[in-house]
Amino acid sequence: MMVTIAKRLMTVVPTLIGVVIVTFLLTRVLPGDPAVYFAGPAATPQSIAEIRKSLGLDRPLPDQFVRYVNDLAHGNFGNSLSTGRPVATEISSRLPASAELTLSGLLLSIVIAVPLGIFAAVKQGSLVDHLCRIIATAGVSLPVFFTGLLLVYVFYFRLGWAPAPLGRLDAFASSPPDITGFYLIDSLITGNFETFRAALGQLMLPAVTLAIFSLAPITRMTRASMLAVLASDFIRTARASGLDGRTVILTYAFRNAMLPVVTTLGMVFSFLLGANVLVEKVFAWPGIGSYAVEALLQSDFAPVQGFVLTMAVMYVALNLFIDMLYGVIDPRVRLEA
Amino acid sequence: MKRRDFLKSVSGIAAGSMVGAPAIWSQAKADARSETLLVVTEGGPNNLDIHGVGTNRPGYETSWNCYDRLITHETRTLPDGTVSYDRDRFRPELAEDMNIGDMSVTFKLKKNAKFHDGAPVTARDVKWSLDRAVTVGGFPTVQMKAGSLVDREQFVLVDDSTVRIDFSKKDRLTIPDLAVIVPGIYHSELLKKKATEKDPWALDYTKSNTAGSGAYKVTSWKPGVEVVYERNDNWVGGKLPQLKKVIWRTVPSQGNRRALMERGDADISFDLSSKDTSEMKKDGKLVIVSHPIGNGMYSVDMNVKNPPFDNPKVRQAVAYALPYQKILDAAMFGLANPLFGGPSNNVTDLTWPAKTGYVNDMAKAKALMAESGASEIETTLSFDLGAGDVSEPTSVLVQESLAQIGIKTTINKVPGANWRSEMAKKTMPLMLNFFSGWLDYPEYFFFWCYSGQNAIFNTPSYVNPDMDVLIDGARAAAAIGDREKYARDVEGFISKAYNEVPRIPLFQPFLNVATQRNISGYVYWFHRQLDYRSIVKA
Amino acid sequence: MTEGGTADLKSLYRKRRVRLRDFRSISGTRIINLLVPMAFRSSQGGVAETDRELRKVGTSLSAPVTELQPKPPTNSIFRHAVYVVADNPVTGLAFALFVLIALGALLGPHVVPFDPLASDTSATLQPPSLRHWFGTDLLGRDIFSRVVAATRLDFAIAVASVALVLVIGGLAGIAAGFFGGWTDRIVGRISDTIMAFPLFVLAMGIVAALGNTVTNIVIATAIINFPLYVRVARAEANVRREAGFVQAARLSGNGDLRILLVHILPNIMPIMMVQISLTMGYAILNAAGLSFIGLGVKPPTPEWGIMVAEGATNIISGEWWVAFFPGGALMIAVFCFNLLGDGLRDLVDPQRRT
Repeated sequence: MMVTIAKRLMTVVPTLIGVVIVTFLLTRVLPGDPAVYFAGPAATPQSIAEIRKSLGLDRPLPDQFVRYVNDLAHGNFGNSLSTGRPVATEISSRLPASAELTLSGLLLSIVIAVPLGIFAAVKQGSLVDHLCRIIATAGVSLPVFFTGLLLVYVFYFRLGWAPAPLGRLDAFASSPPDITGFYLIDSLITGNFETFRAALGQLMLPAVTLAIFSLAPITRMTRASMLAVLASDFIRTARASGLDGRTVILTYAFRNAMLPVVTTLGMVFSFLLGANVLVEKVFAWPGIGSYAVEALLQSDFAPVQGFVLTMAVMYVALNLFIDMLYGVIDPRVRLEA
Repeated sequence: MKRRDFLKSVSGIAAGSMVGAPAIWSQAKADARSETLLVVTEGGPNNLDIHGVGTNRPGYETSWNCYDRLITHETRTLPDGTVSYDRDRFRPELAEDMNIGDMSVTFKLKKNAKFHDGAPVTARDVKWSLDRAVTVGGFPTVQMKAGSLVDREQFVLVDDSTVRIDFSKKDRLTIPDLAVIVPGIYHSELLKKKATEKDPWALDYTKSNTAGSGAYKVTSWKPGVEVVYERNDNWVGGKLPQLKKVIWRTVPSQGNRRALMERGDADISFDLSSKDTSEMKKDGKLVIVSHPIGNGMYSVDMNVKNPPFDNPKVRQAVAYALPYQKILDAAMFGLANPLFGGPSNNVTDLTWPAKTGYVNDMAKAKALMAESGASEIETTLSFDLGAGDVSEPTSVLVQESLAQIGIKTTINKVPGANWRSEMAKKTMPLMLNFFSGWLDYPEYFFFWCYSGQNAIFNTPSYVNPDMDVLIDGARAAAAIGDREKYARDVEGFISKAYNEVPRIPLFQPFLNVATQRNISGYVYWFHRQLDYRSIVKA
Repeated sequence: MTEGGTADLKSLYRKRRVRLRDFRSISGTRIINLLVPMAFRSSQGGVAETDRELRKVGTSLSAPVTELQPKPPTNSIFRHAVYVVADNPVTGLAFALFVLIALGALLGPHVVPFDPLASDTSATLQPPSLRHWFGTDLLGRDIFSRVVAATRLDFAIAVASVALVLVIGGLAGIAAGFFGGWTDRIVGRISDTIMAFPLFVLAMGIVAALGNTVTNIVIATAIINFPLYVRVARAEANVRREAGFVQAARLSGNGDLRILLVHILPNIMPIMMVQISLTMGYAILNAAGLSFIGLGVKPPTPEWGIMVAEGATNIISGEWWVAFFPGGALMIAVFCFNLLGDGLRDLVDPQRRT
């Protein structure tokens, strides 16, 4: 097992190097001049030049790159121009917000999509099957920000069922102590049910928006995988042996069909982390997605670089985790390793 | 008050105003709600100190409310009931006495003024703060310079509670400049401890902490999310504010901000779009206050250094081609003062901003184009995406009209934070621009936007020695009180600007604020940010 | 189709091993295009491959016993298409919709009642009426005309993105699969690097850096879909590398490049077709997302995404039509492309029918 992990990490290193280089280049190509931004209004060309020097932006690109990599090696992601705070601090404080949102969305999606997929597989070719496909596809056919805004309009503005889209917590609720950074978990641990309810309420709409968007792949994957497994020999045997439908489907078929579904979940999760950006903007969610977007639009390099690197590392870690999970679920995979 | 009664009163208000009352979990929370103000805006501060490098406009608001200045403005009530600051009348804030001499002004500080941590405010703090303002560079120093406050030597420590400011030259703007946000009074003892060799003014500390004596102090700041203020109960700068707590939330989506207001979940939505304003006014559920932005002008600017707009006839052709009324209707929904269609480009009074004599006259525009000798022109029309509400529809309308006189434009949207950089480059041939000056005097506007120093705000890069003579003349005349010369020069430079038209004024926009019905006390300030100290919640 | 392969259990596992390792060495997978049912690409192994292998070892076909299949037709694509469509009416609907959209793209700007760019400030924000079927927007422009005119641009964006990524990604992929070795490694690394980025942010970065023009949006979309096409093409080329017909071609003296272009490429096209239709849907959604951030096409160009983004703020104030109609058109188009992808896959590879 350890050997596999080590081997995987080795293949990952060139990727990370590539990511660092590309991010650096991309952010240096962005329009907008941080020196002018810093110099403020009524800046003279001299003051701009001075500031450029102090920021180290007048040096040739390779120099800047070396400084950048050096900083990274020391865990210094630089400072954000717009908020002036260290990027590393900001990312670590905002990451739980994005993670909580994405995980909730994913969980919600699984809870709906997997049963839907199983159902569609069992009743293949029927109206239900087609309906499932249409619903799942429809969810992913609208831009995610539009879905979000529609939900706000219907459920908050018109019906008043959802609380105000003010971010993670209502302005008047106090945030729970920072243990994991996940409001839901922290408030439960400390027994603060009011905060839990408030946080859950705020989480609902954005999580539903994300869930709608990720229904399709999970449903399809479950359905396809179930179909393939249901057609296999051992299921036929199980049925022939007289086991009732329920046991066959859930205990035997589903367990075996899980593998590709798990893979899909991993992929969907990493895709959602990227698509988070738009949802966070709509719901004023203080996550890393909105952080990165604002920084990007302000030609603020450091947060964008920090964000991308964090995501790349998370992505790699996630894939590693899934591979290990594979080994747990499917002994055959373990054998070959 | 019993919970039952409170709930009854709340539901009474709710029924009356037809907005849902926010859920109430407990009595304590309910009480807290009535003494807390929830403000929502599109963006929040990136730095709590206006002296900081690159501090954005929301940061100014924090500085205004958390730091005191020596003097501030009185307020006056306008005929339509809105309250505004009074440009010409001052009153003491941190100082209790102001003595204006010939070439200096002396301030005596209030004896009982204290900083948020309880330490007394002394003249040493004042000197240190004013020194800081003229030394840190960037915007604050430039702003101080606008009032001829340039050297540290000008600030003299007379004794423990007296400061004298010597004038470098006579300038009408010196006293008003002491009432703007920049010369706030900082807790020098505390900040000296926080200073380092690299950071002698403790800018790093004040970025995320307020070290002032103002009516509010920041107790929590999550950048990009919210700022939480608590009242300084020992404030001596004026009447103690009613609100104990102010929560300022960032809600990027305009639609959501509106939804929050209409459902009663936020108290104040600051700086609304004109569209929302006009609709919400019609609805009547909320209180909408609109005030013209002083010394503010929205304009179409042309770079006069390079062709094709170096040709005055081309510029005038453009001035006659613009669809002024259409823009006013579509972009501002009528919520602006038109700056077109006046009697003539040669003005005869001191109203500023003034109307030009241009109107939408396609025939005249085409004739001027023909006269100018320029033929098919292709250029770019740039605007600040940060002001997208107004600029987007305006740009499309301008594009349409210019196409009719043979000028083909491509629209270039510049993201908000890059706008300054673009302006600094001075290469944009044609753009939509907005400028407003804190000190509401025409010579101030012209100093920044038309004078030969070619500052960043002189977007047309217009340099003309005759213009400079008029601007300098006006400033000098104001300093010595020569009303006649002042009037002549001001009318002179305005007329010159309108005839040569490097910049075509469109309108003077309004600043729109929406509040719930139980909120009052909003005052319009020159800095166009929200002053929490006067707000009252019923 | 897989060639050769022994039927005994040991080699079965060996084959599966190859598949799984392949799958993982291409850095797991990422849903770049959300709508692709990931397991059904041969590069990934997973269930479909397993199933195929199992079937080779002697299990039965997956068709349910109760359904009586009509006799599979002869080599007539048309008859096959009809057969597939008859079995799955939704696909038929998708095909019809696609034709409608293509027609709209071709003829749209010529048949609209109003000029999509003409503003009329006396008639701003009017609800749908007989004169303006979809109402008017903030500047008084007719929304129906704009939505129909936008069909061309959106369709063009979709087609261009797909064409670009097909050429770069497809060629890179089959080169990698065919030649193996260093080509494979380099292409794989590039592909991994791109995939490690949060894709939408990468698109944003590219457009922000290069400027928001339609060309750059197309380029950005192509770049972020590159890894997906590389993977599919590579796997297919890999599989066909040792195929009989390729060996025959080589024997008759064809050079490598010719084999790639003339023999392998046409064979993988059917598989790629599925990908293509899904990417088309994604390209349009991507453009919409970029417009929301402010990095989309420039005004006053009519494009569904930017119309939705601009109209989104009007939802709260009750002017639902400004965002609803472009949003609806966008949704229908993407929906159609997605279903089309399914339909094409059914047409192309019945074994993989979902």
